[in-house]
Amino acid sequence: MPIARGTNRLAAILDMKILVCISHVPDTTAKIQFTSDARALDASGVQFVINPYDEFGLTRALQLNEQLGGTVTAVTVGDASVEPTLRKALAIGAHDAVRVDALPTDPLQVARELASVVSEGAYELVICGQESIDYNGGIVPSALAEILGWPVVTPCIGFDPAGGRAKASREIDGGKEVLDIALPAVLGAKKGLVEESELRIPNMRGIMAARTKPLVVKAPSGATAGSAPVSFSKPAGKSAVQMIDAQNLDALVKKLHEEAKVI
Amino acid sequence: MILVFAETWSGQFKKSTFEAVQYAAACATAQGSQAVAVVVGPASAPVESLGAYGAHKVLHLHGPEKFETAQYASLLGDAAKELNASLIVVSGTANGRALLGALAVRAEASVISNVTALPESYSPVRVVRGAFSSKGIEVCESSSARTVVGLVPNALGVKGSAGSDAAFEDRNVAAAARATVVEQQLASGTIALPEAERVVSAGRGMKAPENWGMIEELAQVLGAATACSKPVSDIGWRPHREHVGQTGIQVNPQLYIAIGISGAIQHLAGVSSSKTIVVINSDPEAPFFKAADYGIVGDAFDIVPRLTAALKAHLN
Ligand SMILES: Cc1cc2nc3c(=O)[nH]c(=O)nc-3n(C[C@H](O)[C@H](O)[C@H](O)COP(=O)(O)OP(=O)(O)OC[C@H]3O[C@@H](n4cnc5c(N)ncnc54)[C@H](O)[C@@H]3O)c2cc1C
Ligand SMILES: Nc1ncnc2c1ncn2[C@@H]1O[C@H](COP(=O)(O)O)[C@@H](O)[C@H]1O
Repeated sequence: MPIARGTNRLAAILDMKILVCISHVPDTTAKIQFTSDARALDASGVQFVINPYDEFGLTRALQLNEQLGGTVTAVTVGDASVEPTLRKALAIGAHDAVRVDALPTDPLQVARELASVVSEGAYELVICGQESIDYNGGIVPSALAEILGWPVVTPCIGFDPAGGRAKASREIDGGKEVLDIALPAVLGAKKGLVEESELRIPNMRGIMAARTKPLVVKAPSGATAGSAPVSFSKPAGKSAVQMIDAQNLDALVKKLHEEAKVI
Repeated sequence: MILVFAETWSGQFKKSTFEAVQYAAACATAQGSQAVAVVVGPASAPVESLGAYGAHKVLHLHGPEKFETAQYASLLGDAAKELNASLIVVSGTANGRALLGALAVRAEASVISNVTALPESYSPVRVVRGAFSSKGIEVCESSSARTVVGLVPNALGVKGSAGSDAAFEDRNVAAAARATVVEQQLASGTIALPEAERVVSAGRGMKAPENWGMIEELAQVLGAATACSKPVSDIGWRPHREHVGQTGIQVNPQLYIAIGISGAIQHLAGVSSSKTIVVINSDPEAPFFKAADYGIVGDAFDIVPRLTAALKAHLN
């Protein structure tokens, strides 16, 4: 169901309402273990963080907000355990946050819940990450855009709005392309949208301010999932490394040819 | 009916397309069904070749020239509904991955991405996928009558062609695009990372961007794509598109050669499913050796040129 575009384009752009979708994921250094029944991640001892791709999106949203005004809202679909991650987004600079109180089992369910948040908020721009590093779906940005009837740019490595439209770059195999789109739109952020060095981290003032910023808990719309995990396991470990004498590289070539059969 | 998106690239099919067609054909055989390959775009695409990889029928939709997510999702989604497809197979190239979510919505299907093997069962569809950036393996089950399956390129490989002639159908189509491609920049002569069979990757141990000549030479001799660790792309020594790992491109080649890369957990997360890993590092304690098949302790500046020469001699 397409959402009507703002009637006053200029006003809409000078006051851009941005929604940043935040996925709450295990820290990249976390040792991944599964529960003894193999049905879920064993979260004990795991530190959770803002999905790294979403950090690029949040930073770009804050930059745009400084140029254009408006608001930046962070949203996560999850139970109460995700709230510290949303508070971190508030500490980095988001103005307010929404938690949709559901425990999704698949990215289409997430996309449908997010679509209902978008339809209630008159957003001009929705920024997701290109992928969550936990379940590696890479589904939400384009599914959400299709539900809304909006354009999508993913993986998005550049975004510059001007007068109700935008130029957005996306990574393609072996290169990149620049797209012209009308807003509103959905982006799937990747490094390049902002550089690593531009990423914002919370400071003390931000952390203090975040405590009193609004974090609204919204009842789920009741979207259903299309799939669910059945079981998890760990990949088989590698057999022991064979060390090769640096003076005998022909030995390596021989092994790659005869043993590994890759050349 | 099994539908497979036969992606074209500059009017040609990539290896990943043939891999996806073979996957769809194997699913069709297992189910006593048929595989229909859908080609969108250029009239020049060599559609005859798809039969050899097992497509029973090729549906060639003439219309849009360049990939646009919403437009392709609508064309493929409508075809899937018309043919009452139970499975829609898409290779996980950059365009394929962008397409998955939109296609699922359009086709009224569920979607499972990052799939690394043929389904364990078909009703319901149950399939193995990578999760937690290769730190976990997930069995996932669809609860819909129609499922979009996103394949990891190279996960199955392309086996010799065994199929025969396919039936052909051509149609002129139109579908609204929601974005216009105004510019495309392709790095000429490079091999795209996600589907590369061999990758030569280098890290901060190379000291400076001007030292990449020897990396490129080694890659060239092997017909490999070049890649790098995250800090190397962050400081601008190499383009971002070469950054591999948990927050970069995930690769799945036959051969991955890591030079001057320490082997941090985030780097390993994106490369550990490579079939054979060779590590060259001056530090015998570098963690990457634990994840390697073959290791050489030594100075890259000494070893890489000699390895290039040895490989050249072998390959000639
Ligand atoms: C949220 C997050 C996400 C991340 N995602 C990624 C990711 O996706 N991909 C990624 O790569 N990293 C990622 N990282 C960074 C990762 O933690 C490491 O910092 C990074 O991989 C290290 O890169 P490196 O191995 O090139 O450099 P270093 O760790 O500095 O290692 C350089 C290596 O070169 C060796 N060396 C030095 N001189 C020579 C020589 N002359 N010959 C041979 N060897 C030599 C050294 O012994 C050393 O092992 C991420 C980090 C974070 C926090
Ligand atoms: N539970 C969630 N709540 C809010 N946003 C999410 C959630 N899951 C995924 N996303 C967003 O969708 C992007 C891609 O996720 P995925 O499709 O799950 O890989 C993430 O980077 C987030 O921006």
